[in-house]
Amino acid sequence: MTSQKSVPRGPGKTATALARGRWSAHVLEDRVHRTLYTDPAVFHEELVKVYGGQSWVYLAHESQLPEPNSYLSVNMGQRPLILTRDRNGELHGIFNRCSHRGATLCRDESGTARSFQCPYHGWTFRNTGELVGAPWPEGYGPDFDRSKFGLRRVNRIASYRGFIFGTLNDDAVSLGEWLGPARGWLDYWIDRAPGGEVFVRSAAFRMGFRGNWKLAYDNAGDGYHPAFSHRSLLDMASRMGDAKDMSYFGKTPDDGPMKSYALGHGHSVIDQRPAHDGPGSFWSNQRPQPGREKFEELIRSQHPADADTLLDLCVGSQINLSIFPNLLIIGNQIQVIEPLAVDRTQLTWHATTIGGVPPEVNTIRIRTQEDFPAFGEPDDQANFEEVQRGLAVVEDEWILMNRGLGTGWQEMTEDGVVKTTVTDELHMRRYYEEWVRLMAGEAT
Amino acid sequence: MSIPDQYADTSTWSYHIDEEYYAALDRTRALFEEDWPEPDATLLHEATAFLSREARLIDQGRFNAWLELFSDDCLYWVPVTAGGGDPRVEVSHAFDDRRRLTDRVYWLRTGLAYSQIPASRTRRLVGNVEALELDPETRLIRSNFVVHEFRAGVTKVYAGWYAHTLVKTEHAWQIKVKRANLLDSEQYHENLTLVF
Repeated sequence: MTSQKSVPRGPGKTATALARGRWSAHVLEDRVHRTLYTDPAVFHEELVKVYGGQSWVYLAHESQLPEPNSYLSVNMGQRPLILTRDRNGELHGIFNRCSHRGATLCRDESGTARSFQCPYHGWTFRNTGELVGAPWPEGYGPDFDRSKFGLRRVNRIASYRGFIFGTLNDDAVSLGEWLGPARGWLDYWIDRAPGGEVFVRSAAFRMGFRGNWKLAYDNAGDGYHPAFSHRSLLDMASRMGDAKDMSYFGKTPDDGPMKSYALGHGHSVIDQRPAHDGPGSFWSNQRPQPGREKFEELIRSQHPADADTLLDLCVGSQINLSIFPNLLIIGNQIQVIEPLAVDRTQLTWHATTIGGVPPEVNTIRIRTQEDFPAFGEPDDQANFEEVQRGLAVVEDEWILMNRGLGTGWQEMTEDGVVKTTVTDELHMRRYYEEWVRLMAGEAT
Repeated sequence: MSIPDQYADTSTWSYHIDEEYYAALDRTRALFEEDWPEPDATLLHEATAFLSREARLIDQGRFNAWLELFSDDCLYWVPVTAGGGDPRVEVSHAFDDRRRLTDRVYWLRTGLAYSQIPASRTRRLVGNVEALELDPETRLIRSNFVVHEFRAGVTKVYAGWYAHTLVKTEHAWQIKVKRANLLDSEQYHENLTLVF
């Protein structure tokens, strides 16, 4: 005999505490357990709870939906999703999953559409998700209520200055609150463009690696690795004599002017700007792009007053901003982490162009954005893959994130932001706190 | 266009990539979309021989010798957008002028590029060769390729087509533009550090 019990609708307090206890054994102050990178069960739970659950997840940039009735196919974790603008320009997130038998409705990456018709049985939905009609409706009897069979929607969609996020949590804090102090860093990045206009128009680099998605997040806030992981790039850059971009990571980065900040909710930033001095310094430190010399001459002769500013806009922002769990702002690129399997990840690099500048500026900016993906990122990803291989040593259970502990490097600043040196692994320790919260189903 | 003497060495300077350069690239690219008359046997033979030699140098890892096949104002281009898109506002996997191509070869040979440790082993088939003589100093060659790569325990296959623009110099034919159009250039790829 089984007793009838009422099943709690959400994770109750006891369930949450149990889950926290379980994950707390895997995330210690100074280390995390290897299974967080290798266990498919953990990965599937992350898809539900970190790329869903209580979390806000980055989806796309508004410039990818340029006009009324634009749509874009993206993924929230692995859930296929259609982001749309309705005829009034309002944003909607509707799951790309027919409410009838589950087929995807939209099989194109982007375009414009007022409605989507399922290719399987012809059910048709507005770009806001409502069911318009099913073929031969008399087969459903007189009680068939179309309003009950719309597409499932992302509970909340919100945009911060063009960056669109979604959450499945009706009770989530506002996007602004969740971004917290990260907003100021996003503002800096956006406001580098005159008028704050940033565009994602170019096709993206869709880079893949055979490793867990968190390896990309671990690395994005890591100021320890460049002098080693990027030796090939640093060596190449010195081919013509003087040192170039990122070489300052090699000169005892802990004593240098660069700083790293833990921003709350797992977000963090590395600020490389203090390694530069004044207008024109970003430009002069950048490895040379095709067309550089003619372009610089043109800009200096045609825009003498703001030449250095225009030249700096062709080069990356000199901040690495990580928004947990899946948005990385590096240089001028918007990178999105897309988890494909416990040991396979797509890192989508969206190059950006900006408004309010001569067209040549965007062309050199694009040439700059081809440099690191060719000569830097592949070496990072090779190391991510080798971490994944190394983690097959089952008996060696832990991954360390203890650099900076006991050093006194950390300094509490306003808004609860912690400032530290760039090689501190504080960014990992902090995002794992958020990770445990999300995996335990606790409110953010 | 005249290049100031100080910028004459294009492995170190890049003064020549300007709007006119991009416009010329667009014009040549349009020619590659057209039907061409059947080439005479000599032209076809020379085109095929050139491509075979170039393919072999890459597959043997003789990148310095490969680099010498390129002209001073060359472009090694692997677009992301099918066909190339508008390179003024779109990124490419490679958009290498002489300087960046020299960098690429240097980078491959540093022995520090972990994405190439171990190095890719490649072997490629080049076929369906067509050639067009634009003028006595300029030839266009269109071909299909299949590149097999083995690296770090994984075998991959890349398919696509090449668009070569060759120019005649004092001593030999050189590559002015090599565009490698991958069938799935805008899709998921792991470690695209091999040479196409």
